[in-house]
Amino acid sequence: MSARILAPLLMGLFMLVLWEGLVRAMAIPPYILPGPILVAKTLVSDWGTLWPALIVTLTITLQALLAAVVVGVLLALLFSLSRWIELSLFPYAIILQVTPIVAIAPLIIAWVDDVNVSLLICAWLVAFFPILSNTVLGLRSVDRNLLDLFELYGASRWRTLLDLRLPAALPYFLGGLRISGGLALIGAVVAEFVAGSGGRESGLAYRILESGYQLKIPRMFAALVLISAAGIAIYGLLSLVSHLLLRRWHESALGEG
Amino acid sequence: MPLVRVHDVSQVFANGVRALAGASLDIEAGEFLSVLGPSGCGKSTLLRLIAGLAEPTAGSIDWPEGRPDLGFVFQEPTLMPWTTALANVALPLKLRGVARSEREARAAEALAGVGLQGFEKSYPRELSGGMKMRVSIARALVTAPKLLLMDEPFAALDEITRRRLNTDLLELWQRTRFTAVFVTHSVFESVFLSQRIVVMSARPGRVRSELAIPAPYPRSEAFGTSADYAALCRLASAQLSEAMAA
Repeated sequence: MSARILAPLLMGLFMLVLWEGLVRAMAIPPYILPGPILVAKTLVSDWGTLWPALIVTLTITLQALLAAVVVGVLLALLFSLSRWIELSLFPYAIILQVTPIVAIAPLIIAWVDDVNVSLLICAWLVAFFPILSNTVLGLRSVDRNLLDLFELYGASRWRTLLDLRLPAALPYFLGGLRISGGLALIGAVVAEFVAGSGGRESGLAYRILESGYQLKIPRMFAALVLISAAGIAIYGLLSLVSHLLLRRWHESALGEG
Repeated sequence: MPLVRVHDVSQVFANGVRALAGASLDIEAGEFLSVLGPSGCGKSTLLRLIAGLAEPTAGSIDWPEGRPDLGFVFQEPTLMPWTTALANVALPLKLRGVARSEREARAAEALAGVGLQGFEKSYPRELSGGMKMRVSIARALVTAPKLLLMDEPFAALDEITRRRLNTDLLELWQRTRFTAVFVTHSVFESVFLSQRIVVMSARPGRVRSELAIPAPYPRSEAFGTSADYAALCRLASAQLSEAMAA
């Protein structure tokens, strides 16, 4: 095993042991800070509640990510076709991006009847911008000479898009996708928090809120662990997809094999 | 009748830079012509105008026998990094709607023509600088064009690779007899390759003088070390200095 894997693994193990040791040595009660062993036990014993909650949150995350890909890429294509559309719409995309989601989430939840849909909109709002801006950048980063070459051989706009602009934009898009994957999860969790007790009682964020009210702190930690694990899994999966797609040709995927 | 008649062509860019001012030039079918000049003399602009990638601000570019099929080789290899050498070479055929099996066969043939048999499935990043340039040349020749425009194609390569490519390019030209227009800022390269050299002056670019290189083909490394070659290089060099001083 290489140092790249071993070092963080040992560090993590050390932190866990330290944590457990401190909790025991100082006799910290579990409702203040549960030790990692108790958290792990709770994760197993409360699996029946936590697992369905995780599925609910993950479903919203993935739906939001999918919507972000579709809308982000379509908008980016539209922007690349018309400078005017880009000039008139891009500032609003930026405004949407810089407005904190916690600030708009209550509005969206109030306006949209279906809680599911409102959560989806929140997560999507957070996730779509990196895909949009990266894809726009990628579509613009096409080699000028290759564009000339396509023109020289009389390629149609459609052919140029398909055979030149899209492949050239792929690494940028995938970079955006990796960021958006994590953001979609954050968006989903934040929206669930805001929807809170008024919303439906099923997502992981709701489980955290509920555990807080009931002082079931070990369960709160267990839910947190699940959210982190989900985030890491999403990032890892998207990185893998990116690596598989780019490994033959792009600098970013080289030098790892 | 010339293949192309560049007549009194001027090009002014949007930022006000005058790249060309009244450049005139006839290119004969089948010849190997070099356009020699300092950087910024509008050589590349001239090539782009001939290729139809830009419109001249004034003047005209006429094709007495009709505009033939043409190939273009850029200063950089300009390959698509996401696909194989074969697919890169086949691109012009693909853009023209040639069926897959035929274009792959022709692309493989073109690759073999530049000495890259066996590298069909290689990606550009797996090839050396000289090999990438060979792929680029194969791509330009895959449509069997009557006119091949080359914009300082070997400028970024090392001396040894460059010499090999010069020799191989001449061999290709003798075999297929396309019309070659080779833009360069190297006196030695232009003398070694061409039948005729056109010397351009800078800012704004115009054609200053012409020089015939009567040496016979095939030209080998021996030609590159001969007294004739040295004398012609001196001559071309003098004309270039004159053009730069003007």
